[in-house]
Amino acid sequence: MRPLLRLKPYLLRYKKTLLFGLLTVIGSNVFTVVQPMFLGKAVDELKHGIESHTFVSGDLLLWAGLIVGFSIIAGICTFLTRQTIIVASRHIEFDLRNDLLSHLQKLSYSYFQNTPTGDLMAHATNDISAVRNAVGPGIMYPSDTVMTLSFVLMMMFMADWQLTLLVLIPMPFVSYVVYRLGKLVNKIFTDRQEQFSLLTTHAQETLSGVRIIKAYVREEYESERFRKLSWEYLKKNLVLAQVQSIMWPLMFVLVGISLVIAIYFGGLKVIDGRMTIGTLTAFTAYLSMLIWPMIAFGWVTNILQQGAASMNRLATIFDKEPEIKDTGTTDHSIDHIDGGIEFRSVSFTHKNAAQPTLKNINLMIEPGTTVAIVGYTGSGKSTLVNLLPRLYDITGGELLIDGKDIRNIPLDVLRSSIGFVPQETFLFSETIAENIRYGVDEFKEEDLHSAAETSQIAKDVLEFPKQFNTTIGERGITLSGGQKQRTSIARAIMRQPKILILDDALSAVDTFTEEKILQHLREFMKGRTSIIISHRISTVKDADLIVVLQNGAIIERGTHDDLVSFGGIYADLHQKQLLEQQLEEM
Amino acid sequence: MAEEEILGKAYDARLMRRLIKYLKPYRWHVALGIVLSLLVSAMEAVRPYFTKIAVDTNIVQGDAHGLLVTMLMFLAVMIVRGFIQYANAYLTQWIGQRTIFDLRMEVYHHLQKLSLTFYDRNPIGRLITRVTNDVEVLNEMFSSGIVMVFSDVFTIAGIFYFMFTMNWKLALVTLSVLPFLFYGTFLFRKKARETYRDVRIQIARINTFMQEHITGMLIDQIFNREKKSYSKFSDINASHRDANIRSIFYYAVFYPSVDLIGAVAVGLIIWYAGHNALEGVVTIGTVMAFVQFNEMFWRPIRDLSEKYNILQTAMASSERLFQLLDDKTILNIPPTLLPLKQVRGDIEFRNVYFSYTPQADHEHAPAWILKNISFSIQQGQTVAIVGHTGAGKTTMINLLSRFYDIQQGEILIDGINIQQVDPKDLRKHIAVVLQDVFLFSGNIQNNIDLGNDAIPLERVKAAARLVGANRFIDALPNAYAAEVKERGATLSVGQKQLLSFARALAFNPRILVLDEATSSVDTETEQLIQHAIKKMLQGRTSIVIAHRLSTIQSADKIIVLHKGEIREMGNHQELLALNGIYRKLYELQYKDQEIKSN
Repeated sequence: MRPLLRLKPYLLRYKKTLLFGLLTVIGSNVFTVVQPMFLGKAVDELKHGIESHTFVSGDLLLWAGLIVGFSIIAGICTFLTRQTIIVASRHIEFDLRNDLLSHLQKLSYSYFQNTPTGDLMAHATNDISAVRNAVGPGIMYPSDTVMTLSFVLMMMFMADWQLTLLVLIPMPFVSYVVYRLGKLVNKIFTDRQEQFSLLTTHAQETLSGVRIIKAYVREEYESERFRKLSWEYLKKNLVLAQVQSIMWPLMFVLVGISLVIAIYFGGLKVIDGRMTIGTLTAFTAYLSMLIWPMIAFGWVTNILQQGAASMNRLATIFDKEPEIKDTGTTDHSIDHIDGGIEFRSVSFTHKNAAQPTLKNINLMIEPGTTVAIVGYTGSGKSTLVNLLPRLYDITGGELLIDGKDIRNIPLDVLRSSIGFVPQETFLFSETIAENIRYGVDEFKEEDLHSAAETSQIAKDVLEFPKQFNTTIGERGITLSGGQKQRTSIARAIMRQPKILILDDALSAVDTFTEEKILQHLREFMKGRTSIIISHRISTVKDADLIVVLQNGAIIERGTHDDLVSFGGIYADLHQKQLLEQQLEEM
Repeated sequence: MAEEEILGKAYDARLMRRLIKYLKPYRWHVALGIVLSLLVSAMEAVRPYFTKIAVDTNIVQGDAHGLLVTMLMFLAVMIVRGFIQYANAYLTQWIGQRTIFDLRMEVYHHLQKLSLTFYDRNPIGRLITRVTNDVEVLNEMFSSGIVMVFSDVFTIAGIFYFMFTMNWKLALVTLSVLPFLFYGTFLFRKKARETYRDVRIQIARINTFMQEHITGMLIDQIFNREKKSYSKFSDINASHRDANIRSIFYYAVFYPSVDLIGAVAVGLIIWYAGHNALEGVVTIGTVMAFVQFNEMFWRPIRDLSEKYNILQTAMASSERLFQLLDDKTILNIPPTLLPLKQVRGDIEFRNVYFSYTPQADHEHAPAWILKNISFSIQQGQTVAIVGHTGAGKTTMINLLSRFYDIQQGEILIDGINIQQVDPKDLRKHIAVVLQDVFLFSGNIQNNIDLGNDAIPLERVKAAARLVGANRFIDALPNAYAAEVKERGATLSVGQKQLLSFARALAFNPRILVLDEATSSVDTETEQLIQHAIKKMLQGRTSIVIAHRLSTIQSADKIIVLHKGEIREMGNHQELLALNGIYRKLYELQYKDQEIKSN
């Protein structure tokens, strides 16, 4: 239960509501617990009336009225309990989930690369709801159970303490059985889930690998394997059914034993005249009031245990320190950036990697110039530009922006000065307009249109039925790879950044459109520093400086003409692209 | 995901009739389940009756021995009831599990029959959902959904029976609250369903947002959108909370209301009994029994109202399942097939035309991927297919294994049109090595023999030795029994390729189809692979989509495919001399390899 202590600040926030809720629990119990007493009195009076043949309706009406009246008050209390404690648990769930997102937002890029999204989603949904269960029902039921138990036992002892002790004998077994069966069910359930995921994996594999299976005529074999897995799953389900099915019958038998004890020994007392028939009636009614608390006891223990386990998992996320953030050396007087960049013997090694990804990078980029980076896949191009918005921090050398150490520039100043078009285009499923203006707070309608114009997405957008208000991914409106890239470029341009980074951002755009985008960009890039990564010579040939990366090091640098005449990797690339063009025309 | 959330109508006679058919093999079990339900209900309803006897005939008469007998009988009935209830609960689960097992296998078999055209059109994720979750949803319908409805109805009927036989007037008085209980329960169900749906929608929104913003966290961070996204999330989160709070309200009203209705009924019982005490028509035992009956009503009523939800989800899932089972995208197989026992390995393509969308549009000609393809390969020969990306190379080898049917022309093996033979017979003679090596989770051995018992371990080992895969396999712990993770995650690209070569050899086909991988590997592995390819090509008819100069040079014939047509054909030297497409391709893709190997 210890991990649940972390919830203390959340619970304190709703302290008053929760305390009021506990009061209503007491209220509903008090008003419920006396009802069987009224019933007992009524039965006694009825018996008296039947035996003496007198008219008893008046007094009986009083008891009947009291039962209904008390039931109304108890009902109001129960209503309030749910409206306070359970509602508070929903508020705590809300706070917890918000805090989780807010914490995730602070964690660095490498964390998300190493943590499967599915895991994080599971924490955000299943674990939070398990914790919620532990705070809502986990508070309501135990308090209710304790109250009911103490009140009912008090009333029963007052009525007849010997009989009470007798009928209580099977009760602890009820709690124990619920607790043990609950645990067993959880274990078998996990077992069953594992079998289900084996089944899913097999379906996933054989459906994705359907080509190989058909090619090698293995359909029957795979069917047989699937049949075995399904059969195993069926057996696990039946084991679960065995355990789950036993719960209620067993419960009824245990409770039935209590009832038999009560009626038999109580009945003997009535026969001997040591107890009234009304008391016996009240007694059996009390007995039925004990059943639920006994069940709840075992059940709540499981809820609390699950909540604690989930809280533990959540805690591992909450305890994760953000790697990249402003520190004590951050110079908060820096409020803008001009766009000068200097790499001084920069090296970078990924965490747990044996080889450095970047080695001894020296590169000076004057404000307002355009630098292109070329190289084979895996040469370190993306890593190099990822260092600029500090998605990673360098592990050696110095990286200076406007002559200042990048780590001393406030993170939000740094990032707001950069327009980044990542290699993997990512758009949100919102409208196109919302995606384009994603990085700005205030904007003019013309800005949006001119950004769309520059990136050559405007014409495409105007053909959509709702134009800029078209929601991406809705009703089959999907953008092509090229359209997505152009939207992503518009988003970066929209920020009017001092530094524009295009990481292979035109790869899915045809050469004709590319030419137009580059034309427009040339105008836009005036006075801005740009870094362009590309595989295509046509994209980079006009840059002020072209650098060629290989295995994390700069091996060629110069203008297009310099590099073509140098006859290295760049020249080779140039040659091949000419050939491709010729092939295309054949 | 959204598609899976939509709930349709609760009952559709056509779907229901089709679903019920799945219960047919288990009709006797279902019948037994109904009988057991009847017994359980009867014993449930008889419980207050024992109380009445205990009070009225034993206690009031002072008969201690009689009381003991009554109570022992009561205990016996309850224990028997416990056993029957247990058996029945297990039986209904058994029926549900068996039925969905059958259904799941049917769906899986059906998926295997469908042709690749179907797989090209349907995302794998959706198909997996059909086999797993959609089938799973029906479990509840087949188990508790059908048998338990009887149980609930019987229980209510049983309670009515005992109440009316004990005292019909008191029964009427007690039951006067029942309409309120009915109405209240169904009103609550309706409201709860609405809010539940609302909560589901909000959960889906939270999940979508989370999923998207975790995947796109990079964008959020570099565009400084953390605060904005947070407040957006907070709004969605709040809608979720509020939907839940609305639902809490209905629960908070409903449960005390049920208690209150119960209390009113108790009040009515006492009042009526007292009113008629003079006439002595109501006994104490009857009053106590009625108080107990009163508590027993509402569980079956609540259960019945829950069945509505079960039906609704079952209808939605079964509709999707039946839609899949009705899909008939399969190959065109003629009724009489020619046998294909032995194959020499002569291959001929005669004026083959192929399009993935043959009847897409009446006004336009189909978008041909391959046009007028004709060539032939003698048994034992190797043919290399070269061409730029998108030339139609992969399509061509897919046609040979008859993954798709062609629209015009003929493909012949040993002079037999492949449309005249069973595709399974055809494929037994062709081993296919794809560019993306697909490995299954399991071990090394069954990734080579694909679980084929006809291939002994010795042949697996021999095949691995022949392609030089034995070296890395023997180095693994457990060698051929070493575990292979999903998609071969722990193996290197080169190792995966060697494994797929060994797989092809283990099946010892007459015809080999090889789509060479382009991914770069280290020099040592490259040499292993080149050596392995040489071994594979020996003595069998081979079609290779070649990316290696060594493979091309050793081919008997090179086919140059360009924009869906065969543009050049010949051997390496002849084609170079032509100074056409092949020459360009050579300079673009293969020349470097020559420089490297020299």
